[in-house]
Parts: sequence; structure tokens; C-alpha cells
Amino acid sequence: MASRTASKDIITLRGSAAIVSEFFGYAANSILYNRAVYPEESFTKVKKYGLTMLLTQDEGVKNFIANLTSQLSEWLEAGKLQRIVLVIMSKATSEVLERWNFNIVTDAEVVEKGAIKEKSDKEIMREIQAIMRQIASCITYLPCLDEPCVFDVLAYTDTDVDAPGTWVESDAKLIDNPQMVKLHSFDTKIHKVDTLVSYKKDEWDEE
Amino acid sequence: MDAGPNSISSHKSRSRCAAAPRPSLQEAGSRPYMPPLSTGSRNPLAKCYGDRFIPERSAMDMDLAHYLLTEPRKGKENPAARVSPAKEAYRKLLAEKLLNNRTRILAFRNKPPEPESMLTDLRADATQAKPAKQRRQVPQSAEKVLDAPGLVDDYYLNLLDWGSSNVLSIALGCKVYLWDASSQSVTELVIIDEETGPVTSVSWAPDGQHIAIGLNSSDVQLWDSTSNRLLRTLRGLHESRVGSLAWNNSILTTGGMDGKIVNNDVRIRNNVVQTYHGHEQEVCGLRWSGSGQQLASGGNDNLLHVWDVSMSSSVQTAGHTQWLHRLQGHLSAVKALAWCPFQSNLLASGGGGGDRCIKFWNTHTGACLNSVDTGSQVCALLWNKNERELLSSHGFTQNQLILWKHPSMVKLAELNGHTSRVLFMAQSPDGCNVASAAADETLRIWNVFGTPEAVPKASYTGIFNSFNHIR
Repeated sequence: MASRTASKDIITLRGSAAIVSEFFGYAANSILYNRAVYPEESFTKVKKYGLTMLLTQDEGVKNFIANLTSQLSEWLEAGKLQRIVLVIMSKATSEVLERWNFNIVTDAEVVEKGAIKEKSDKEIMREIQAIMRQIASCITYLPCLDEPCVFDVLAYTDTDVDAPGTWVESDAKLIDNPQMVKLHSFDTKIHKVDTLVSYKKDEWDEE
Repeated sequence: MDAGPNSISSHKSRSRCAAAPRPSLQEAGSRPYMPPLSTGSRNPLAKCYGDRFIPERSAMDMDLAHYLLTEPRKGKENPAARVSPAKEAYRKLLAEKLLNNRTRILAFRNKPPEPESMLTDLRADATQAKPAKQRRQVPQSAEKVLDAPGLVDDYYLNLLDWGSSNVLSIALGCKVYLWDASSQSVTELVIIDEETGPVTSVSWAPDGQHIAIGLNSSDVQLWDSTSNRLLRTLRGLHESRVGSLAWNNSILTTGGMDGKIVNNDVRIRNNVVQTYHGHEQEVCGLRWSGSGQQLASGGNDNLLHVWDVSMSSSVQTAGHTQWLHRLQGHLSAVKALAWCPFQSNLLASGGGGGDRCIKFWNTHTGACLNSVDTGSQVCALLWNKNERELLSSHGFTQNQLILWKHPSMVKLAELNGHTSRVLFMAQSPDGCNVASAAADETLRIWNVFGTPEAVPKASYTGIFNSFNHIR
């Protein structure tokens, strides 16, 4: 973080990793709020990316996301993270209803040689802002989640990554016949993050 | 297709002249059996079998087959020796390609906390494991079948009610029986004499102890079920039989064949508090809303009225109607009425044989929200208090009970069993069982709304109205 604020246009690997993991934290909060996974009252507003972002106040969720982002940051710095998926499942049936897929393409050169890239901070902010707005607008076409849901986060990493004991192997939690919508992406020149949401088709004769 | 096997077989035999048996083995397995031309000495009669595959013993490599069959046995004894390094590498590469092994998918071990149940009376408490809605098995047969001889086959009556003390009351002709659901014992409450009977409606008071009985003679009797005593008789309310009753705390509302609806306060001597005029024919459906603010009444005149306690005047004054809404959607008598327990301004109504629809109404605005053709006369409606489901009972031809998902109106279950129209339904106080009585003189208990849970019975107030907004 320090490197980012000190020299505005120069992005280091660490800085980029920080940007991406922070982005993910806010995006996850935004998704939880917009999809009503947690009640609205448990969110507070903060200013970020030039927008009003909502963060959860629930201690459990806050801790979960905080642990998550710190681990993601580590993995991003090592260049091992391939994608992050936020999965929304029905609490009752554990059926996956939505999958928010954040694909990450890391510039290998930076990881190996420690090169430094340049990109305007403002521009990155703008790109992230666009994605955040898109996430918020997604609720217009995503099927309603009427039942209580829980969320989980999956990290797709390289095989040789060193996963601390707190992370376990998981299955991909895919959706059969999903509808997919591709959202904007942002690029720090070191990490490129694509966003995709896939959801279970809103069947007219269910719910 | 004819040219194919021949050309392939000849090609194969050219390239592998040494392994003569091989090509024919491959061919025979994958194609309709054609006698291979390359190897002679085939039984010429084999041709006439056509597509039928007949293994040729002489074509088989018995040695190879034997080895392949016995291989696993050897393998178990010394597996390591068998696998060649090349094979191992191949296997690994294959696994990698197939399993896309370059990625590990990791999930955090400590899962995020589950959200608190936001709408508490819609879902069970987060603390309790709730059976999944979609997977709840609704038993297709009745849990219990009881005899109900003498049940009058009249659509317009309301002869079944289940009280809050878990006692079911049913009127069979001139007799009223009480069935205690917990002890399974039957007691006879009263036998009405022929002149005043038969009984045309029964209804338990909210306290589960007092019961009101409407009679053909237009009298209404009030009984105490614990002491089996007649407490009072309300006379002169109506000109003809009292087909429907509904309680609102200490107000007993009676609906008669004369189309009048009378609100009686059973505690005071001059019991008549109010009379509603609106129906022109028999009032067969009468239901107070959960809040006790509104009364829904359905009549043989195909009208559905919603009356509001705050609005009324005792006499219809010029320019003002007593009713809040007069809903004219149905094409047939409206007997089935049910207020939604989790959405206080939602009313469901069912039409008779000529209509067969279930309609949903917003009682604030009077708008019809939805109409579903069920294909059969709707005799009664009940909402599930714990889930968003609606149960309807039907007549000709299937005499079934249908469980619908709300608001999608998808059929979740169809319960068959009755052999004639299911005229009456009542819900148990714990909200899990439904009793249905039909003209086939049986009373069936169905466990259709799920197993009893420790769900706090939330008050059906309008608090949760606000949860209709779009997030």
C-alpha cells in the first residue's frame, strides 16, 4: 500500500496484489449486500473508489473476508492465484445458485524478475468503479434469491502453492446449464482481473 | 457400408499379415457381423444370420484372452513390479490433462457465518436444521382415515373445524362429534333434534374451548366443550340456515342463506353488534383476517366481499357501501377463502364448479393479483403457516388436494384418496396436519405441511408487509 501511495504511477507487484485483494474484499461485500445474503441493516457505507461502498458489520463475515484478502494478497504476490470464485448457495439445499468468477491473469515477468509497471492510479480506480457499478446493476437481471443463502469463496491456485492449514481442497461448485454474464475487467498491468457471473437459470416454475 | 468392412479388413490383413486373427476380432465387435473375406473357412451358412453377432471361436486369441482375464490376480500380488515407468508417466500426463491438474481449488476451512434469518416467520430459526423445502416429502396417502357416516354432501356448509386445543369437531347430520387428535378419542357433543337440525356449520372459538354450531333452523348454539354444556342460543339472526361462522376474539360472525352477515358479541345480552348487507344469496365462505381488521365473505352470488371493522355503519347510508371491496372475479360460488399468514393483505379465494379458479387479492387495493385455473371445483383453501404454500381441496373428477407453491403456483403435490368431492378442510393448531372430509363419508388426516418444528408462532401482523419491496 505504501508503495502505491508514495509513487502514484508506478505499480509494484505488492501494490498490485494489494489493489486486487482490496478490490475483492469490496466486491464481495457489494455482492453480499446486493444479493441480500445478509440483511441490509448489517451493512454500513464507506467511500471508496469514488463510490459509496457497503461493508458488512457482522464480525464473523468481516473476519472471514479479512482473512481471505490477506491470504489472497500473499498468493497474488507469489503469482500463484488464478482465480477467485464467490459462490452463493441455498442454505437449505446447498445448491449453488450463483457463481461470481474473478479471473486473474498475472504478468509472469513481474513475478519472476520483479519488474515494475506504470499505470495511472486514477485509471485503475475508474476501471474498478465501473465493475462495482456493474455488480450493483446486476440485480436487475439476476434471478431473485428468495431463500436464505450462504456464500463461500473458492480460490483457484497453482498446484505448487503452499496452502496454510486453514484452506482445504474443494470441488468447483459449478452450476449446471448456467447463464453467464461477463462484466468489465480491470488491469493493473501486473494483474488483470476479469469478472464473470454465472447463475442458475431462473426457471419459471420454481420459486 | 458394404464396401467398408471389406476394404478395411483387406487393408489390415495386408499390413499385419502375421496377426491374422486380429482384424476379424475388431471387426466383429464394432460392426454387424460380416463374414470376413480375407480369412476363408467360414461357415457359409453364417451369412444368413445377418446382423446377429455370433462370436467366432476360431477367431479369438485364446491365449491373449486368458492372460487378460487372469492379469488382475497377478497384479494384486505384486503391483509395483508390473507398472513400467513409461506407463506411469503416461498415466500422470493423462491425469493432468483430464483433471486439469494445474489448478488446485481451495476453499477456506472456516466457513463464513450464515446470515440471521431475516424474515423470521417465513423460515425456521437459523439455530434449527430445517428440512429443505424442495425436498420435503409430502406423504401421498393420508396418515389416518376416520369414518364420517352421515356427512351431508352440501357444498355450501362448513361442517369441519379444528380447534386450538387440538380437538377436531365435525357435524354429521344432526350430531356433532369431537375428536381429540392427541388422544384419538371421540366424544359426542350434541344431538340436535330433527326440527332444528341438521347442523349447517361448526366453528371453534379462538380459546379452543367454546364451539359455535349453526343450524338449519337459523339458530346458533354456543357450547362449552369441556363441560358439554349449552351456554346460549342466538335466535332470530337470520331467516334461514346459518351456513358459515367465523370468530374474531369474542365476536362471532354468522353468515346465512338469506345473504346477511351478522356480527355478534357473545358476551353481551344484545348480541347483535352489526349486520352486513351485501350478498344476495347464501353466504358460504366467511373468514376473518389474522389481524381481525377485515372480514372476507364469499357467497353463492359469485361475489367476494371484504368488510373492514373500522368502516362500517349499521345501516347502508346513501352513497356509502358497507363493504370495503366487492370483488367480482369468480364465475361461481365462492366458498374457499384463506388469508395469507405471512402477508397480511393477501387473500386467496377459490371458485366453485363453474369457475374452478384460485384467485389472489390485495385487500388494500382490491386488485386481483393472480388467477390460476385448477381444473376442478375448489372447495376449501388453507395456507401453510411455515412455508409459502397453499393447499386446495377439489371435487370432480379427482377429488384431490393440491399443494401449491406460492407465488409461482407450481403444484408441489397432489393428494388422492377421497372418492368424492373434498368439501371441508381444517388445519391443526400446530400447522402441520390437515384434516379433510368428503362426501364419501371419510375424514382423512394428512401430514402435508411438514413435521412439527419449534417455530415461534409469529403474530400475523402487518409488520412484514414491508418485505415486499424489491431490494
